[in-house]
Amino acid sequence: MQQQVFTKSMARNIFLGGAGFFLIIYLVLTYDTWQQIPARDHAAAMTPAVIEGKYLVDTNDCMGCHTINGEGAYYAPELDNVYKRRGPAFIKAWIPAMPTGVPGRRQMPHFKFTQVQIGDIVAYLQWLSNVDTNHWPPNIQG
Amino acid sequence: MKYQSQSVAKPYFVAALALFLGQIVFGLIMGLQYVDGTFLFPAIPFNVAHMCHTNLLIVWLLMAFMGAAYYIVPEEAQTELYSPKLALLTFWVFLIAGAATILGYLLIPYSVLAHATGNHLLPTMGRGYLEQPLPIKIGIVLVALSLLFNLTMTLAKGRKTSLNFILVGALWGLALLFLPAFYFPVDTVKASYSWWWVVHGWVEGDWELILGALLGFIFIKMTGVDREVVEKWLYIIIAMTLMTGIIGIGHHYYYIGAPAYWIWLGSVFSALEPIPFLMLVAFAFRMHAQRRREHPNKAAMLWAMGTPIVAFLGAGVWGFMITLAPVQYYAHGTNLTAAHGHLAFFGAYAMVSLAMISYAMPLLRGREANSLSAQRWEMTGFWLMVLSMFTIALTLTGAGIVTIFLQRATDNPLPFMAVQDKERVFFFIREYAGLGFTAGLLAYLRSFFVRGEYDYTNNVKRALA
Repeated sequence: MQQQVFTKSMARNIFLGGAGFFLIIYLVLTYDTWQQIPARDHAAAMTPAVIEGKYLVDTNDCMGCHTINGEGAYYAPELDNVYKRRGPAFIKAWIPAMPTGVPGRRQMPHFKFTQVQIGDIVAYLQWLSNVDTNHWPPNIQG
Repeated sequence: MKYQSQSVAKPYFVAALALFLGQIVFGLIMGLQYVDGTFLFPAIPFNVAHMCHTNLLIVWLLMAFMGAAYYIVPEEAQTELYSPKLALLTFWVFLIAGAATILGYLLIPYSVLAHATGNHLLPTMGRGYLEQPLPIKIGIVLVALSLLFNLTMTLAKGRKTSLNFILVGALWGLALLFLPAFYFPVDTVKASYSWWWVVHGWVEGDWELILGALLGFIFIKMTGVDREVVEKWLYIIIAMTLMTGIIGIGHHYYYIGAPAYWIWLGSVFSALEPIPFLMLVAFAFRMHAQRRREHPNKAAMLWAMGTPIVAFLGAGVWGFMITLAPVQYYAHGTNLTAAHGHLAFFGAYAMVSLAMISYAMPLLRGREANSLSAQRWEMTGFWLMVLSMFTIALTLTGAGIVTIFLQRATDNPLPFMAVQDKERVFFFIREYAGLGFTAGLLAYLRSFFVRGEYDYTNNVKRALA
């Protein structure tokens, strides 16, 4: 039988060695990223209101329609810079005015938020708009 | 079917297909909401349909993967499954948990569901694909542990093949990579960063190993090619998957708040991620060319050959299109990503599941292959689904490009909704393509109800004539 130049165990070792090598590199990079994140997203500025606002955004599945930093669903506008695009007063008026009921237009559900809760959401959106995302989105329209 | 206990795969496959149909129904609902925003509002708001669509996708794929594992591992190990009863019990637990999740989304407002299920104790809800309430997430872990226990015990007492090691190892990886679902830091950037451990870790890492193992098994069985050759290919393919894909996760980190070095690392490594998919295509053609027999199950071979091709196009080509950081800067969070997601998920994971079901279901029903008329229904379903999904990907690509030029890469960017209105034509065609896909799925399902098995004598006579 002809001798095999490239055997299955060599292939397996490339798999295990390659995967292990890049996993270690990833873990080192992740450690470094972890050290940098608090400065990049102003973690110290996460007040209780910001944290509560984020909890409301999560537990009402806002990302089921919207994107946040480009992640989520593509049915509704980007929320990363919505604070800068619309301003706090507009957002505070907009959320409780939903749904518009305009025929054919995409509808946002009516969430039964208190005024305090809406303030918390706006605080979160303000915090979000200051995260250093390498200059994304490209412009104010998100 | 060589071992009696392999039959536990059957309920998994049947349930997978039923849930798949459910996924498509919610897809149609969302597609229609893109055309008429008031459709089914407020009964089923878009985000609820979205959760049902994506969660049913995950549940049916996991069902299919588990069924495939319960079918493959005993046959590879040349022994009966350690505990068929446990496998059946696990099936019912998983099915009920999956159904309860979807009903929960449909019947209870998400914030109420979150509160009622203890989300405030350990917040996990509100992230894409991982929207399940805490008790369901715990249930998923228990189901995974039961599966892994059963398979590992089977592996331990039987023949140890490389393919089985890859498959069972990848299922361990799948379970471990789900655990970050329980880690949801309040810091949005850290939350995003770690969310990708699950999502990228699954679809651009671990699941590719499962994809390889399933295809490898199908080719060993259907072509009669030496397993040494198949397994060597598999190791090289999955080595490339992880060597490109682990750092390739950086293409999700460009614009979510992570440091800028990910722009370079993610671009370079993710640009190489199509390579393992291309190798998978080469592998499939090589195995097909070197086949030592003509398997009567033509439909299964069609799925097995189609899978790497559509996976390469969806994951490889469409993925590459948006992966370089300067492109992603404009394409991030547009329907270009949805185009890539649809074609890649379908081509890689839906199609390999259907390939496995196509190969195994006739055997589970006591025949090597279905009758030719059943296979014709199935192959009609194949083409309708594949071509419809291409159309969906193309229309979403069109919509994404319009967004880029009207909302992103322009001096006078238009507001989101103004741009969406200009993309209506794409959403319209997309919904028709969705109906085409549904027709394909129904034709595929129809094939299961065509009686009779493959008639060797008659078909040989016909071939000679």
